[in-house]
Amino acid sequence: MNEAERTLGKDELDRLASEALKGLAALRAEGRDPSPRDRLGLPVQDMPCQDGQERSRNMFEVAEGYSEAQARLEAERCLLCKNAPCVQGCPVRVDIPGFITKIREGDYPAAARVIKRTNLLPSVCGRVCPQESQCQANCTAGKSLKSVDSAVQIGRLERWVADTERACGACDLPDVGNASGKRVAVVGSGPAGLTTAIDLRREGHEVVVYEAFQKAGGVMVYGIPEFRLPKSLIAMESKLLEEMGVRYELNFLVGRTRKLGALLAEDGFDAVFVGAGAGLPKFMEIPGENLVGVFSANEYLTRANLMKAYDRERAATPIYPSRRVAVLGGGNVAMDSARMALRLGAEEVHVLYRRTREEMPARAEEVGHAMEEGIVFDFLTSPTRVIGDKEGRAEALEILSYALGEADASGRRSPVAIRGSERVESFDTVIVAIGNESNPLLARTSPDLKVDRRGHILVDEKQRTSIDRVYAGGDIVLGAATVILAMGEGRRAAAAINELLA
Amino acid sequence: MTSIVSKSRLSDEVFRLEVEAPMVARERKAGQFVIVQADEDFGERIPLTIADADPARGRIVLVFQTVGASTHALAAKEIGDRITLLGPLGNPTHIERFGKAVCVGGGIGLAPLHPIVGALKAAGNEVTVIAGARTAELLVMQDELAALADELIVVTDDGSAGRKALVTEPLKEICAGSARPDVVVAIGPPIMMKFCAETTRPFGVKTLVSLNTIMIDGTGMCGGCRVAVGGETKFVCVDGPEFDGHLVDWDGMMSRLRSYKKQEEEAHHKCHLEDKIAGVVR
Repeated sequence: MNEAERTLGKDELDRLASEALKGLAALRAEGRDPSPRDRLGLPVQDMPCQDGQERSRNMFEVAEGYSEAQARLEAERCLLCKNAPCVQGCPVRVDIPGFITKIREGDYPAAARVIKRTNLLPSVCGRVCPQESQCQANCTAGKSLKSVDSAVQIGRLERWVADTERACGACDLPDVGNASGKRVAVVGSGPAGLTTAIDLRREGHEVVVYEAFQKAGGVMVYGIPEFRLPKSLIAMESKLLEEMGVRYELNFLVGRTRKLGALLAEDGFDAVFVGAGAGLPKFMEIPGENLVGVFSANEYLTRANLMKAYDRERAATPIYPSRRVAVLGGGNVAMDSARMALRLGAEEVHVLYRRTREEMPARAEEVGHAMEEGIVFDFLTSPTRVIGDKEGRAEALEILSYALGEADASGRRSPVAIRGSERVESFDTVIVAIGNESNPLLARTSPDLKVDRRGHILVDEKQRTSIDRVYAGGDIVLGAATVILAMGEGRRAAAAINELLA
Repeated sequence: MTSIVSKSRLSDEVFRLEVEAPMVARERKAGQFVIVQADEDFGERIPLTIADADPARGRIVLVFQTVGASTHALAAKEIGDRITLLGPLGNPTHIERFGKAVCVGGGIGLAPLHPIVGALKAAGNEVTVIAGARTAELLVMQDELAALADELIVVTDDGSAGRKALVTEPLKEICAGSARPDVVVAIGPPIMMKFCAETTRPFGVKTLVSLNTIMIDGTGMCGGCRVAVGGETKFVCVDGPEFDGHLVDWDGMMSRLRSYKKQEEEAHHKCHLEDKIAGVVR
């Protein structure tokens, strides 16, 4: 995708797509079906986006979504490969050629039904899945055109199908089986928990989802910002679950409000799924990290998202007033933090990353969006200490420069500090986004629950933990991963629980 | 969401709420806290220590002082109103038969001290309570503490009740006396806990303090509550709330508590202004 194309507005993109569709219609009128070659010649449909400068000061969604013409045209790019390599790349095995065929046929509700056979949260996955390293990485169109950017834009199509279904207000609920008389507790209402809950409910089991926060959705509510994943979507998705008969117990911390064991032994549950998510934020372990103005990304984003601190008129939760912000880290959470800080009024936001753009774990699209919005990237740098004023507030970072050395075992070139390159740069806010440790609470309060050295719950191939009838999945097992991987684990756990309770 | 079942005003600034929370009432132990939110959508999540619990009736008691906009919003709630409440959180106080225990409570800190005094007594300890406050009006739970403690020493800054002194004065006398305490538990404003720890340090008396830091989730996720203890960063919500007072970085902790001082003052000012407009007398 080239930069010039990206600047085209929504209407222009729609007009171009409509014209291309007319060309295809003309071809078909002559009795010819487009050949694979014709299809590969169709232009990749860009995602219309709010202007970079404008959006950097508002909370509205950055990506505006395809028009119908764009979706129809993008669907025409698919070669409908018999072996469907894209499906192999999807952790929940969405029938991608199947739903794309339905878009081509103009049967959008059917497209939604195909997706929802395996993925109940398409509006979420369409937005936040790293498709470029999953389904789209395997796409034959992309391979033929020698660039993953030229793959069929499966994620954008998935989002469009889900948004279109929602817009016409006719969301099909998955069928709920006859009451089985069995009860399952789901701990955590993030992507892993919700997916599990749906699959359990389909079998007719009674499902109670326990959530520590006041709102369901886990990381989709507290972590991923509004401008990337509107909260109204999550509220609607979790309402759909309620309509399926899933019950939520909010403000309930399993391990504290009730012990894990008590759910099975005393509360009559036949099985428990633990999808409690990632836990304690990691810090750099450099001097000055406890100064005022230094935040974990978890804290910063939770204030801004779940607690709505951006709504200064109504929200009681304060957000730190920042002028110059340094975000430490190179993943998606770092991008979210940086872009959020900008939207909350920071004058200048820098991302400090020890390697270069190529090694950044964040999605290329998110890095690109951040750059368009004016985030400054200080590659090959890392702070060595936070310097505070006499009130104990952060006022500067001492920063060390790095160079890329030899590739390590993982193939990544490891950064090597350049001796004597320390410099001091003023920052009043530091957001640490270098990942999470696992939350020790469940393991501490359930001594029989086996965890690895890093505190992640140990599971077998069926997501079974060391405690009978207790299953686990998502970040509490994987460490910080993605929404879709968590959903994949949830599905596997639900299948195993359904088997157990059959 | 939990309902408020009783409300009383213990002083001008101190309120006592009894809320329906059967699970919390059943599970909680001395030293644990809850996170409350006056409004589910826009309220701030604030930690409050559990002052008392009645598992039979499924209720817990919260005692708090109106210090900012969020505690004012909580104080404005009436019987039957619903609030968001999560708990019990944090590790319970480590209770054993220490021998002689001195429990120091400052102002609103007397409320969370009460269940600890009860638990220490139940474990067979001899317990002296030092109850301190700025002024007589702010001395809460005096009858309850007097009923439990072997000895209750009352001090106020202005001498309006008990001895005109700071809590550290009787504490120092007890430590210097013939029956040196085996453990001291201090709960109150950070500055009081800091000076209690400084008072006991030369005597080598183990001193537990309960920290009430800024928190959002209270479950280990945000790290807002972190504090250096013995040079190591600890999370108050999952590692605490009680720590060895001799190891806490008090200055660091107190400066973190002031993180949002300016915004809090503005919010507080605004809520007083709104009260005035609404004709509410405080």
